[in-house]
Amino acid sequence: MSDMTLAWRHYRLERRMFWRNPTAAFFSFVLPLIFLVLFGAISDDDQLRIIVPGIAGLSVMATTFNALAMQMTFLRDAGVLKRMHGTPLPGRSYLAGVLGSAATNALVQIAIVVLASRFAFGLGWPENWLTLVIFTLLGVSCFAAIGVAFSYVIPNFEAAPAYTNIIFLPVIFISGVFYDVEKVPTFLHDIANALPLVHVINGLQAALVTGKPLHDLLSDLAVLLLWAALGAVAAVRGFRWDARGS
Amino acid sequence: MPSGAPAILVRDLRKRYGDHEAVRGLDFEVATGEIFGLLGPNGAGKTTTVEILEGYRVRDGGEVTVLGMDPGDRPRDLRERVGIVLQSCGMYRHVKVHEAVAYWAALYPGARDVDEVIEIVGLGEKRDALARTLSGGQARRLDLALALVGDPELIFLDEPTTGFDPAARRAAWATIRRLKELGKTVLLTTHYLDEAQALCDRVAIVKDGRIVVEGPPSTLGTAASRCQVAWTDADGIRQTREVEDPTPLLNELTTAALAGNEPLRDLTVTRPSLEDVYLELTEDVDAAPSEPAA
Repeated sequence: MSDMTLAWRHYRLERRMFWRNPTAAFFSFVLPLIFLVLFGAISDDDQLRIIVPGIAGLSVMATTFNALAMQMTFLRDAGVLKRMHGTPLPGRSYLAGVLGSAATNALVQIAIVVLASRFAFGLGWPENWLTLVIFTLLGVSCFAAIGVAFSYVIPNFEAAPAYTNIIFLPVIFISGVFYDVEKVPTFLHDIANALPLVHVINGLQAALVTGKPLHDLLSDLAVLLLWAALGAVAAVRGFRWDARGS
Repeated sequence: MPSGAPAILVRDLRKRYGDHEAVRGLDFEVATGEIFGLLGPNGAGKTTTVEILEGYRVRDGGEVTVLGMDPGDRPRDLRERVGIVLQSCGMYRHVKVHEAVAYWAALYPGARDVDEVIEIVGLGEKRDALARTLSGGQARRLDLALALVGDPELIFLDEPTTGFDPAARRAAWATIRRLKELGKTVLLTTHYLDEAQALCDRVAIVKDGRIVVEGPPSTLGTAASRCQVAWTDADGIRQTREVEDPTPLLNELTTAALAGNEPLRDLTVTRPSLEDVYLELTEDVDAAPSEPAA
């Protein structure tokens, strides 16, 4: 079988495993909904125009970076990666299946956010669908690759939630998920600008709210492409079936 | 039976982890169609050796060939022709037995029939069970099914029957013997000596990263250890002697008995079992202050 066919087969296995664990599946989709309901209840329309793209960006990061850092650490600790490594399955087909599955979850969450902002908050349909697709896919590629690479740093599964959250929580706070990023102090703003999430949110805000054209988002695109490339190299080159130092 | 190039060739294999030299110059060959056993206490270097042959670890020195290829390069062609049962190894928790075997089958160019393999390992009744609901022994049988479904020429079995009840062990042994009948080569590591004795054409006992003795299990006793000769002498006293070669002693005893016209009573000549050899060779020498035997 070709590498593509094997990647597709692995994608289908991942999807099946995901839905066989319904509570985990349920909660991963409920998180953005909870944020939307809470912020929808306390925010006016102007705030929602900041928060809805912010939560869309948060969802992209949570379903890819967080989920993959945790999942890959679990599979490595459980020895599943070691087992797969001994088969003829090419590493790239395996990773493509895993990343594709995480991307699917991200797309479902973006769809939830889009539907909620139209029907629950009356913000209307996205201003620019193409921008939405481009920034969602780029955000997914970026955070999925970084999440896989980050799992190589996590020593064991028990440590995975702490390692993941020490990145995730500060990043969502400095990247303007819940408020206008321009209000953040300059030094934090500079850090946030070097990281991908701000740029995903900028793109999603253009797509969902402001309708800012793509050619005004080139610097955001450039930063995301750079992170995606770095993440992909680290994810592929750094692959390990055992824990560091074992 | 064994013909052509060896399935596995290991020359002066070395591997260290930090300051610890896990494998210190290992040499062995496994012929095509042979069941070869690596025996030894925990930490002897068995698993490190096998993991180098499987392509999981990179050796520090020496020469290794598996089916004519260097496993250090991890060629896909090699992985398509080799089946691996790892010592401890997880599985997707929510996969059904037949789904897992079918998924694995698709990874190999000449895979066997999925249901047939499930029957061979004795998981027919658990076909639709989720992996997480399997008992330890059943999970091990799934491991075996996943290693066999690609119809490999060479199978690595790292302690394949740990956690099996006696009936399941016998069944697994029968499966492994059938692999040999099909002309497959098997490299088995085990710490069950009866398993090695029952299955292996040849075994090597590994200790401190070196092979201390190698040969067919039935001849290891004579090759590596001493015979015990015991008899009751004319005064009715039980005598025992340990000798390399019992022939001169037996000649002396029988000549004396014939000359004195006395029967040589309760004569026994005992060859040490594989277990005796194993225990003698792998005895913990740390207790003694002397240098460990090379």
